Amino acid sequence: MSPVDTVARAAVEADLPQPFAELGLTRDEYEKIVATLGRRPTGAELALYSVMWSEHCSYKSSKVHLRQFAAKAPPSGALLAGIGHNAGVVDIGQGYAVTFKIESHNHPSYVEPHQGAATGVGGIVRDILAMGARPVAVMDALRFGPATAPDTGRVLPGVVGGISFYGNCLGLPNIGGELDFDPSYAGNPLVNALCVGVMRHGDLQVAAASGPGNKVILFGSTTGPDGVGGASVLASATFGDAAAAKRPSVQVGDPFTEKLLVECCLELFAGGLVTGIQDLGAAGVACATTELAAAGAGGMLIRLDDVPLRDATLGPPEILMSESQERMMAVVEPGRVDEFLAVCARWDVRAAVIGEVTDAGRLVMTWRGETVVDIPPASAADGPVYDRPLARPASQDALAADDPAALPRPVDGAGLRADLLTLLGSPGLADKSWVTDQYDRYVRGDTVLAMPEDAGLLRVDEATGLGIALATDGNGRYGRLDPYLGTQLALSEAYRNVAATGARPLAVTNCLNFGSPEDPAVMWQFAEAVRGLADGCAVLGVPVTGGNVSFYNQTGTVAIHPTPVIGVLGVHDDVRRRVGVGFRDDAALSSRGGLGGSSPRASIVLLGRTEPEFGGSAWAHVRHGHLGGRPPAPDLEAERRLAALLAAAAADGLLSAAHDLSDGGLAVALAESCLRGGVGCRVGLPGDPFTVLFSESAARAVVAVRPGAEAAFEQLREAHGVPGATIGTVGGDSLAVDGCFVIPLTELAAVHARTLPALFGPVLSD
Amino acid sequence: MRIGVITFPGSLDDRDAARAARLAGAEPVALWHGDRDLRGVDAVILPGGFSYGDYLRCGAIARFAPVMGELVPAARSGLPVLGICNGFQILCEAHLLPGALTRNAGLKFITRDLRLRVENARTAWTRAYSGGQQILVPLKSGEGAYAADPGTLADLEASGQVVIRYAEDNPNGSAAAIAGVCNAEGNVVGLMPHPEHAIDPLTGPSADGLGFFRSVLAAGVMA
Repeated sequence: MSPVDTVARAAVEADLPQPFAELGLTRDEYEKIVATLGRRPTGAELALYSVMWSEHCSYKSSKVHLRQFAAKAPPSGALLAGIGHNAGVVDIGQGYAVTFKIESHNHPSYVEPHQGAATGVGGIVRDILAMGARPVAVMDALRFGPATAPDTGRVLPGVVGGISFYGNCLGLPNIGGELDFDPSYAGNPLVNALCVGVMRHGDLQVAAASGPGNKVILFGSTTGPDGVGGASVLASATFGDAAAAKRPSVQVGDPFTEKLLVECCLELFAGGLVTGIQDLGAAGVACATTELAAAGAGGMLIRLDDVPLRDATLGPPEILMSESQERMMAVVEPGRVDEFLAVCARWDVRAAVIGEVTDAGRLVMTWRGETVVDIPPASAADGPVYDRPLARPASQDALAADDPAALPRPVDGAGLRADLLTLLGSPGLADKSWVTDQYDRYVRGDTVLAMPEDAGLLRVDEATGLGIALATDGNGRYGRLDPYLGTQLALSEAYRNVAATGARPLAVTNCLNFGSPEDPAVMWQFAEAVRGLADGCAVLGVPVTGGNVSFYNQTGTVAIHPTPVIGVLGVHDDVRRRVGVGFRDDAALSSRGGLGGSSPRASIVLLGRTEPEFGGSAWAHVRHGHLGGRPPAPDLEAERRLAALLAAAAADGLLSAAHDLSDGGLAVALAESCLRGGVGCRVGLPGDPFTVLFSESAARAVVAVRPGAEAAFEQLREAHGVPGATIGTVGGDSLAVDGCFVIPLTELAAVHARTLPALFGPVLSD
Repeated sequence: MRIGVITFPGSLDDRDAARAARLAGAEPVALWHGDRDLRGVDAVILPGGFSYGDYLRCGAIARFAPVMGELVPAARSGLPVLGICNGFQILCEAHLLPGALTRNAGLKFITRDLRLRVENARTAWTRAYSGGQQILVPLKSGEGAYAADPGTLADLEASGQVVIRYAEDNPNGSAAAIAGVCNAEGNVVGLMPHPEHAIDPLTGPSADGLGFFRSVLAAGVMA
């Protein structure tokens, strides 16, 4: 090993060439570091700046746009902590607060699917933990290349297995998410993981190193060479042919240690032993120390020799950049250190005091008695800001002109029937049990609804029934056609999915997956998406509480579809009044109850206005491989009214089922409600059958109204100003559309269920 | 009645087991793996989870926990003990129950609501059921395939020690579709499915699992 590069040496050997480009820094950025320090950086400082100024950590290309979320945020009394924290915190009443966030682990999951996805779960869980909350559930939004592509057969099972391995072992129920396929993700799968945590109002922790003299403690796993440079090398670079060579940059997850770390942290918080805390994610010790120092008293002295290592050959740059998982950093008053260490010992969690908080305004690190880092922490934590050029690509016009109206449509009932079955068996709409059966949805005992429901629903308080609903949605096809509208459609869908359970939407998180910000066309897509989300949230009255940006999702010069994934959190006043997707056979239930006779059936009401909108639709995609035209027009005011109606109807107990209409329109929604409940329905269509069945107009839902509640629901619907039509009744053992087709449930179920096992292998042994 | 629930490092369903005991009418008592103390409880549940990460063989490390030094002799003296999932694996590793649990035949973790048949309704943990009764309870495990040598399997069948069987699909390749077994005395029961997740239709597929926890409350506990 070469002699360590110290601050003293940097001052003397001023002209030493440094590998800033290999570490992902531009010449301008390197010169800015030199100007800030008044000398060249040491090797350790260069490592620190390179990871802190990576796109992944610094948001240098997105910051100028993301400011809109705060600037346009609607007034909300529910926000206890907003953007800028590890995660936003939302007041859900009764003294409870909820924190939630979604984050990408796209690039690592392509290189090493199992560990990449696993550590994506681990990372977002520590974000939530660092806020002071107990993590209570996870979700995952997954997008892959074509289901039949050989590489999808490598990536998808690995990703699902990694999420299963980590989340199940950690004891967090997986309550929902997404699975979609599109050629645009072939070289760039999207693996977005969401975690939600619950705490009491007073439990909120801060990520700041305050109180000079306080001790800095690193605890959890030891620090090793895994993930060194991951932040800069992996998350901020475009893949070429050398993906395999980057495997050592992917971290390895240990969910058992994370479980102990979670319980240990919660006991430390409860004991009041922590004055500041930060999780270690991308950029590891470099990020935790600079951010804690920059947000606190301004200075910190760290002895890198005291960092527990699992590889004794590591030097300062590697220790700073290591992304070894399952680590946290705490700031602790000197008098509480012994108690802190005792709690760690009880949970078999390794802990080491590695430094102190100072008020000197410098982050100083020593190694073997010499100073190897001496920087103003804010200069690393804040990073550069780029207002990158953006340009609407000329190809948008041709795309918009390629209207799906010209596509051949089914001309009779048999054609409509065939198209529905084709959609229902397509990989993006098929039964997802192959994936979700590998996840534990029951652990912790508070899961009220989980996939394939519209939203995950968790009980928070056993006595009062208070709960939270969560949904994530995104649609890359809509985003490609119009990133502004596409983002508002994703927001609308997640908002509607939460409302369908009977919950009131409260807050928004997001994971913005895009190509290279250095491409003006991509930057235009990004700017439009952010503007669309900020504007949409303002109309819906739900603030963005935090989020994550993932750039460089492209192979060569071809970017993925712009894919903002939007997460919406809602509060449910009483989860016992939840409404699920599945139709229920009220007739059979009441006759078993002894009522007998001609038992009434639940009536099916189609809510919202249906227009012929097929741009980016599942029908155009699956049936014709077509992407063009305009996406459906979002109607955010109508979404608000629909959501208010659904919540009110659930609270009054008027509904036995509710399902949002999105991909595949009414046809797919009816089929899913039949399959989920194991009971059929008969409907008549108001208008052109093809349009009513397959259009993807926004702000729509289908509900089953309990027998006897029809008048009350009708009154409520009119009071909320939501258009609606009663189209049929629940019952029977087929999906019957008058004048068009009848499909036995057994046939629907077989078509729906067989696709993923046929592609990825059976789960059951027999 | 006081039912102890042991928390090992990596136990996950300890909270759920305690809730099930409470709903059945018992007082749940938290027991810690590192304490050689059963705190005078009347019965013990070893909950599901991944004790020690299942990094060796499932349950192979947990069986050496200090609390097991107290539990094993107590179980041999008749203390009712229920092992659920990882708890079942620990009881097998501790030789309180015969056989072993191996990787699912499909090599993947499976979560599924399954119909189970209660084959023996005379044990400390199943007497609230009737023999042959079918119940709907979730299974969620990656290493749930029950295995034993042919002689042991024959003995288990002959002596009525097969307590629970998968009634329809055999989801993981278990020998003779065995989901749960007991010791010869019937006070120690282990099963892979999770009755503690079937105690309320709000949060599970049924309330069928409550019978396990009510059984142990019933009079005539073997002690």
